[in-house]
Amino acid sequence: MTDMFRMDKPQPRLFDETVQGVIGKPLDRPEGLLKVTGRAPYAAEVPEANMVHGVLVRSTITRGRLTGIDKSALEGLSGILGVIRSPEFVRNSAQGMANEAPIQPEDHVAYFGQPMALVVAETFEAARDGAHRLRLSYETEHAEIDPTTTSEIDTKPDSFGDLDSAMAQADVTIDQKYSTPGQVSAAMEPHASIAWWEGDNVTLRGSYQMLRFNRNELADSLGIDPENVRILSPYVGGGFGSKLGIGSEAVAAAIAARELGRPVRVVMSRQHVFDMVLRRSETHQRLRLAAKADGTLLGIGHEDRVSNLPGEEFSEPTAMATHFMYGGENRLYNHEIARIHRTPSGSVRAPGEAVGMLALESAMDELAEVAGIDPVELRLRNLPEKHPEKGVPFSSRRFEDCLREGAKEFGWENRTPTASRREGDWFIGCGMSGAGRANMLVPSEARVTLEGDRAIVETDMTDIGTGSYAILTQIAAELLGLPMDRVETRLGDTRFPGASGSGGSVGAGSSGSSVFLAAKKIRARLAEAMGCAEEDLTLQDGIARSGNIQKPLSELAATAMTEEGGIKPGAMGKEFFQAGFGAHFVEIGVNAITGEARVRRMLGVFSAGRILNEKTATSQCIGGMVWGLGAALTEELQHDPRTGGIVSRDLANYHVASHADVPMIDVRLLPERDDQANPMQAKGIGELGISGAGAAVTNAIYNACGVRIRDFPATPDKIIAGLEALGR
Amino acid sequence: MAERNPPQSVTLNVNGTSETLEVDTRVTLLDALRDHLNLTGTKKGCDHGQCGACTVMVNGRRINSCLTLAVMHEGDEITTIEGIGTPEAPSDMQRAFVTCDGFQCGYCTPGQVMSGTAVLEEFRQGWPSHVSKDLTGNADFNDEELAERMSGNLCRCSAYPGIRQAITSVATKTKEAAE
Ligand code: FES
Ligand code: FES
Repeated sequence: MTDMFRMDKPQPRLFDETVQGVIGKPLDRPEGLLKVTGRAPYAAEVPEANMVHGVLVRSTITRGRLTGIDKSALEGLSGILGVIRSPEFVRNSAQGMANEAPIQPEDHVAYFGQPMALVVAETFEAARDGAHRLRLSYETEHAEIDPTTTSEIDTKPDSFGDLDSAMAQADVTIDQKYSTPGQVSAAMEPHASIAWWEGDNVTLRGSYQMLRFNRNELADSLGIDPENVRILSPYVGGGFGSKLGIGSEAVAAAIAARELGRPVRVVMSRQHVFDMVLRRSETHQRLRLAAKADGTLLGIGHEDRVSNLPGEEFSEPTAMATHFMYGGENRLYNHEIARIHRTPSGSVRAPGEAVGMLALESAMDELAEVAGIDPVELRLRNLPEKHPEKGVPFSSRRFEDCLREGAKEFGWENRTPTASRREGDWFIGCGMSGAGRANMLVPSEARVTLEGDRAIVETDMTDIGTGSYAILTQIAAELLGLPMDRVETRLGDTRFPGASGSGGSVGAGSSGSSVFLAAKKIRARLAEAMGCAEEDLTLQDGIARSGNIQKPLSELAATAMTEEGGIKPGAMGKEFFQAGFGAHFVEIGVNAITGEARVRRMLGVFSAGRILNEKTATSQCIGGMVWGLGAALTEELQHDPRTGGIVSRDLANYHVASHADVPMIDVRLLPERDDQANPMQAKGIGELGISGAGAAVTNAIYNACGVRIRDFPATPDKIIAGLEALGR
Repeated sequence: MAERNPPQSVTLNVNGTSETLEVDTRVTLLDALRDHLNLTGTKKGCDHGQCGACTVMVNGRRINSCLTLAVMHEGDEITTIEGIGTPEAPSDMQRAFVTCDGFQCGYCTPGQVMSGTAVLEEFRQGWPSHVSKDLTGNADFNDEELAERMSGNLCRCSAYPGIRQAITSVATKTKEAAE
């Protein structure tokens, strides 16, 4: 067992002492050339000998019981090997970090689109044909599918002070309703698994984000010991939450492989990814803000209704960031979970902030308008001293600097009054918002081996595009004093020490720290071999120095040195509130005739502790900001009002942002050290960029043309209706 | 019972190598490349012509290989990402994608590289686009044009700015070299 370092005290800034000079630098991804040349193997791309193909069949009723499977239409089709169905089949993907099997519903159907059976054939084409022809029969039951009218609602209220009297006493108030539609991750790589058995052991090559958990989830689904499960995910074609938990394709592939005695590959069609993988819940939110005439908040109310299937633990934590962004003594929350029969909901990039901040930051913009205060200034006046509800101090927080520096760089002072700037058919305007995302630490382990002047990092961490290969290589290289190309990072194999996985922006801080701690142990051994104190040791380009002694690592580590590092959360996570912060600024054009909104400029300024790789961190921020743009303007799941089934179930009907929607984006990362976060002083950044970004877009629409969009996304029909109502 | 989908023979010229395959007539060009020739660099993101991950060049023109059947390409010259460059000898475009971080997860990337490579050739040949002011072969090379022409290639990681920087840097270099 690795000894686990507990994060109980602020940590010294070792990375400010080391001299290799790779940490933080905008270095290229080490796996980059494999990706751009098409040589990086994703889940579906490493065929096993004798492999066969499975295609899932979905339910076409909303709720009820499967009563029969009619295979007659498959008779005579060549290559069909079987129709697989088992009580071990799972209803939907596991929720993130579930660590156990998702619900195994047997014959029960709980939503339209639920995976019911797997048709396996010698070829993909035959399996697909068979899956289309298979007829399932059901006994149907009544199902509630509308979150606004359903009868079963769980309620979680929470409050501090008295919001109602704050609203009564306030000089200015806002009381508005906002709504956001369901959304999906839509990672470009559809969910895919190849499973094969050797005796009692199953190996799964899949596309997953959190292997340590996924292994237990698959084992539990199959009723076997986790020791008998190995999962491989060295390359993951995007996750964004959709690959946090084991999915139905993995379980079905493993069961089919066991029954048929051959390796089985199951790749979800794009439509099945929409049907069977967890979506982000739609939200209905009510925001109340009570403020003094100078804009100081007396209170905030954030009530929301989200939805999920009965029996699912997760609910979209809409008000997540509202708890800590702004001050105000009187605070009220009411979180409602409507139990409905739609594709279940789960984590999609920045659960909570992604949709909750659309409402909060819109409401702040509305307050600024009513109070006659500049939106940047309003936020500056409401930065709380301490966490407004927990009362604990913030660790590092450069929110104020993000707001001020962003405003300066963007040229915020040139913003014109509402609906006053026009270029031809286009109204032009600017909007802004704050950004915040809590930082967390999750237990994580890694192994580092130094042999001569080469090092190997091994952990079951994943790189879902986030940059894990780059930063873990940099961390080991920096601490061991090696050039980047002397360090090899191996990820995505459950035989390696168990990492945090990629999700909740915890990966860099958690798994990075485990690599840091393992490499630091090797430094201690090198210091011992040099006969010096650790503080006196300098490692650079494969040479160890202390005073006037110097020795090459090839000599000191002629016999390989292997160390494991592990980290777990401690007192620092309780005594301080840790979060990344930022500010978004957007310039937009709104077409007066067509109602189209086109983002022209977008700037994000962020502070998230030490930046481990400026290039990959910037890409993470850009990615988040573009997601915000999509949430503001185009992304929307649509459900059939009769069945609850998703009808916008492909990439032509669910509109993710494309090249033409996205201008060149500016990102600035402010230097920061968070000594309470982890030994690297780094905080998560993968979800910070989306937080608030969409509200900056719709706030810009308001500034451009005076239309306030509260029902997301801001599609042309809504903008035109707004313009008509204003007589513009 | 007669076989419903008897395999058919087709000869493709892939990255300069002639490949004869016996395939089910339902096999798309994309699946022929990925599953029959093990050229998995070409990606499947939607299988319906909606994402561009499967972009390859057929007789010099970029197409979505998921939207066409392998047997329709008898004798055609197919260029896939594997024919553009290797990790040891990447093309300028591939190198620029790495430098500009024009990707994150890498799954849409081969398609973006293929499209980016093809777009430069389309500019060279004077093809107009939806946003071109001039339809007679004098389209300006600018970011608006590039964004329009690249819009068939979705990137959920949203590396769009880096992708266009990469393509622009290659275009600028090629132009400088020509001058
Ligand atoms: S896979 Fe061909 S366009 Fe998406
Ligand atoms: S790099 Fe991940 S989808 Fe483009």
